[in-house]
Amino acid sequence: MTALVIAEHDNASLKGATLNTVTAAKACGGDVHVLVAGEGAAAAAQAAAQIAGVSKVIHADGASLKDGLAENVAAQVLAIAGNYSHILFPATAGGKNVAPRVAAKLDVAQISEITKVDSADTFERPIYAGNAIATVQSADAVKVITVRTTGFDAAAATGGSAAVESVAAVADSGKSSFAGREVTKSDRPELTAAKIIVSGGRALGSAEKFNEVMTPLADKLGAAIGASRAAVDAGYAPNDLQVGQTGKIVAPQLYIAAGISGAIQHLAGMKDSKVIVAINKDPEAPIFSVADYGLEADLFAAVPELVKAL
Amino acid sequence: MKVLVPVKRVVDYNVKVRVNSDGTGVDIANVKMSMNPFDEIAVEEAVRLKEKGVVTEVIAVSCGVDKCQETLRTAMAIGADRGILVETDAELQPLAVAKLLKALVDKEQPGLIILGKQAIDDDSNQTGQMLAALCDLPQATFASKVEVAGDKVSVTREVDGGLETVQLSLPAVVTTDLRLNEPRYVTLPNIMKAKKKQLDTVKPADLGVDVAPRIKTLKVSEPPKRSAGIKVPDVATLVDKLKNEAKVI
Repeated sequence: MTALVIAEHDNASLKGATLNTVTAAKACGGDVHVLVAGEGAAAAAQAAAQIAGVSKVIHADGASLKDGLAENVAAQVLAIAGNYSHILFPATAGGKNVAPRVAAKLDVAQISEITKVDSADTFERPIYAGNAIATVQSADAVKVITVRTTGFDAAAATGGSAAVESVAAVADSGKSSFAGREVTKSDRPELTAAKIIVSGGRALGSAEKFNEVMTPLADKLGAAIGASRAAVDAGYAPNDLQVGQTGKIVAPQLYIAAGISGAIQHLAGMKDSKVIVAINKDPEAPIFSVADYGLEADLFAAVPELVKAL
Repeated sequence: MKVLVPVKRVVDYNVKVRVNSDGTGVDIANVKMSMNPFDEIAVEEAVRLKEKGVVTEVIAVSCGVDKCQETLRTAMAIGADRGILVETDAELQPLAVAKLLKALVDKEQPGLIILGKQAIDDDSNQTGQMLAALCDLPQATFASKVEVAGDKVSVTREVDGGLETVQLSLPAVVTTDLRLNEPRYVTLPNIMKAKKKQLDTVKPADLGVDVAPRIKTLKVSEPPKRSAGIKVPDVATLVDKLKNEAKVI
């Protein structure tokens, strides 16, 4: 029984989500191999070989894999899928894009966003925006899984010494091509990996105010910035900052929600945070029902005061 | 060019579901049901493509119980031209739905299939990608912009860290994200019109698809409750608590 983890990387370096996925793969019970599919991704493959508990890295390198197109990456996974009992992807935008293609081609069900491995065929996963937890058992020969990274600790990034085996990259499907990317440039920690997140809601009122109020707090705490769906929809913050059921799922040590009322869809994305602070002037805001520390105050006064006091 | 838009009947997004007393699922008796919000965005996008003259016919499809007819009528009130119900009382999992949809794609030969990226009940986020794989079609998930030009579609996608754009040859599968569009309100005249539109019913067996579930739900439980903490009177107390009690800063 061997599990295959599909590495999350940007060709240059391995992403943290890979480490949590390795932990989930280990819990399935057998050896763990990692597939690094990219172009010029040798450094990422070397990094994968260092992960504690990984016994082999398969490195597929070629132009067809450069931009992570779902058609090509799925074909690459399928080329080696026959050797594995479990195929695990991190539940990132990239993993969620590719995993169901692999499952459908193998004619097996996919188990999405697992938060716990009970046994080699039984897993726990949240449904209804995390308002219920389902324990599910798969009858298929191969388990194709996406892993909610907040449910698993990161495996140690060093200490392993797996062999790296190179395999040929698949041919391009010819049906899709990559046209461009607009990456949000930021020196801040990545939202899903941050220890502290400060998150703003609709009460900020404008993109200017959002930046003016939230940025100094994030700077002071070395935090990542998040936002509610309402704030993103209103254009106060870019889409990749959205925390919630259909945005990013986060579980930092400290989550500070400013001017966020706390719709169930937002709570679904952050309620596993260790400590939650809510700053809101509405005493009835649902966010207070999950907050460890609630401050009933106008955020435009309270947040700058907090920056000063830190 | 035809567009196929699959729509799912789900518990309304405003309902806070509760796990049922025997731990087999959630309580959905007497709960408001609606079209999955992402699917509503998919219908809206298809109808806009028709209004632009890019598309000639919008076909809405739903798989499930008889009541899914209501969901199809809503899709037709937004502007879909006709509906197909694949009727079954069986539990349908994403792989089975993708197989049913593939059978309809083979029959209807649409140039574009637009689906919601995920349903808000099982939160699977699988059906569109599975359908694309089964039909050997290219896919663009999590779309925030869709532009059809000739035999290609250019799709901007919401991904971790920003946006990316891919170009697909048609036919293709697109799944919608929240910011693709804002669905219109359905008006009473359009609801009345929708009642007269064509709605065909087929059974999974008619399409030659085995819908037997592959995943068994052993139990459904409440998530660990997070109890409300305390209210602090001012910023100074908050900082003190974070430093000395929670020790997180």
